[in-house]
Amino acid sequence: MTEKTMPLWEVFIRSRTGLSHRHCGSLHAPDAEMALQAARDVYTRRGEGLSIWVVPSSAITASDPQDKDALFEPTASKIYRHPTFYEVPEEVGHM
Amino acid sequence: MYAQALNVAEKAHADDPELRARFQARVDAEEKIEPNDWMPEGYRRTLVRQISQHAHSEIVGMLPEGNWITRAPSLKRKAALLAKVQDEGGHGLYLYSAAETLGVSREELVEQLLTGKAKYSSIFNYPTPSWADMGMIGWLVDGAAIMNQIPLCRCSYGPYARAMIRICKEESFHQRQGYEIVMTLAKGSPAQKKMAQDSLNRWWWPALMMFGPSDKDSQHSDQNMAWKIKRFSNDDLRQKFIDATVPQGHFLGLTFPDPDLRFNAATGHWEHGPIDWSEFNRVVRGEGPCNRERLKARQKAHDEGVWVREAALAHAEKRAARKAAAKIAAE
Amino acid sequence: METPLFTYTLRLADNALVLGHRLSEWCGHGPMLEEDLALANMALDLIGQARNLYTHAGAIEGKGRSEDDLSYLRDCPDWRNILLVERPRGDFAFTILRQFLYAAFMHPYFERLAASKDETLAAIAAKAVKEMAYHVRHTGEWVIRLGDGTEESAARLKEALDDLWPFTGEMFEVDGVEQALIDAGIAVDPAVIRPVWNGTIDHVFGEALLTRPRDGWMQTGGRRGEHSEHLGHLLSDLQFLQRTYPGATW
Repeated sequence: MTEKTMPLWEVFIRSRTGLSHRHCGSLHAPDAEMALQAARDVYTRRGEGLSIWVVPSSAITASDPQDKDALFEPTASKIYRHPTFYEVPEEVGHM
Repeated sequence: MYAQALNVAEKAHADDPELRARFQARVDAEEKIEPNDWMPEGYRRTLVRQISQHAHSEIVGMLPEGNWITRAPSLKRKAALLAKVQDEGGHGLYLYSAAETLGVSREELVEQLLTGKAKYSSIFNYPTPSWADMGMIGWLVDGAAIMNQIPLCRCSYGPYARAMIRICKEESFHQRQGYEIVMTLAKGSPAQKKMAQDSLNRWWWPALMMFGPSDKDSQHSDQNMAWKIKRFSNDDLRQKFIDATVPQGHFLGLTFPDPDLRFNAATGHWEHGPIDWSEFNRVVRGEGPCNRERLKARQKAHDEGVWVREAALAHAEKRAARKAAAKIAAE
Repeated sequence: METPLFTYTLRLADNALVLGHRLSEWCGHGPMLEEDLALANMALDLIGQARNLYTHAGAIEGKGRSEDDLSYLRDCPDWRNILLVERPRGDFAFTILRQFLYAAFMHPYFERLAASKDETLAAIAAKAVKEMAYHVRHTGEWVIRLGDGTEESAARLKEALDDLWPFTGEMFEVDGVEQALIDAGIAVDPAVIRPVWNGTIDHVFGEALLTRPRDGWMQTGGRRGEHSEHLGHLLSDLQFLQRTYPGATW
């Protein structure tokens, strides 16, 4: 007999440091509440987190690696988005 | 979370030399390969095999140590051992997750373990008849595992490398926990000291075998090195382990069960006697003291869990159906 | 002669250790990997509570007995845990339901014990209350899933309930030892816990489609040292090394 598969969930944890929720792994659980509890038991055993998100893996739409050039290359030429593009005289100090 | 349809589509040109060259260039440049990236079929297969073996080892590895959770000799030791064995379950889980990004489900992987199609580390086919074995497993087996695992934190496959980083971070207390147990025994009564020595005698050679066959006999090494799935040879890692471990044992006044063990001042390395690879092959083949027992224990847990998993899924379906019905009623 | 406060603290400690020990038996054998970790977490909570309570009991007694002396060197008649916690672990339904019945009692109990006039007990309770809140939540969700899951899971849960219910009465017992401590504002009166416990049980049982048995005859004795056959076997595991190598350091 082949068993029905248990849904896969992606786990995101916001740590004490105040940074955004960060993907930290995945797990299997029958539903959202159990996924949340499993995430607590699996991924915060050492006090890593203050907030957990769980998302069904099937709900995530990922970019296609074949589109990588089209999606991400163009930003490489937009150097005016970076602070070092602009000249500020040294006398003005740190800006 | 990774679109598995893409993986299937790409199998069609799995041997495209141009794609292969681009892939190798990325690996050479120390770029991480991610689940949906193009990869050679052999790379995917090797990773699934290696990561799932690793995961199975963590899960089967819970059994020999689990044997002492209810009999740990103090409450402090009991809590530490339970936490450690639980960690191993967690590590198995991280690794199954990493393997799943390659398009194989946990259910399939578990089935491969239970049917004997997949292997796990042979070390766990040895028994733990004494409490000293808890110390020896932490000190030697985890010590050897850490030697293997640290380079894997830089493995070319992203999800595997990330899982290993988490695992190595969590494992740092395991080896120290083990060494402390051995140390307490070695400094204890004559009976305790004997317990420690007897345990070292049983675990030393199997621990050395954990690094796998000698480089000259290892089948997959070159390709795995080129793919940066493996970074050091079996023999190099084994030597590193011996050099680190022997002084730790001598410090405790323990003797290693190898009459040929001696320090070579010229090379700065500890030289060891011949490893009995026929024993290794025998245990891998299934003729170890606990092979059948370990698999049966896993099978039993799996079978006894079927009704629980079914109930949880059935409830989730009922709940979803009720929610849908309520929504329709509200409209 | 045991003082009431020593006996009382020991009762709390023994409950926690024996139940933690039972939960720890699941490690490596859980129905799914995620749950294996969850059961171990609950076991670790209970063992941690027990350690703090034993240390406190040793201090109250003042004879220099450590947490390990108290847990590893007493025989059955000196154990003060309720019979509920020493039942063998059973199947997953039994384990989960017992944990739920116990946690649904201990959570509100520790909430009140956190205001105890004994400062150490109050501090231990303040930490434990958060742990028990999670046990109630986790096991409560499982009770609902097993009760309203498949026919088999519902039948197993019902069977577990029939087995366990007669052991719930002992949680609410008060004897002379405890009455004096309740009057002194040190111990918690379990009568106060009864309505809270009823509310939690009824709510979860309602969702789990589980009928609460009538309160009939109840098992008793553990708190006075009158135990079932099972505790001795548990102790022979727990105490094996300490008994075989007397006086050794581990």
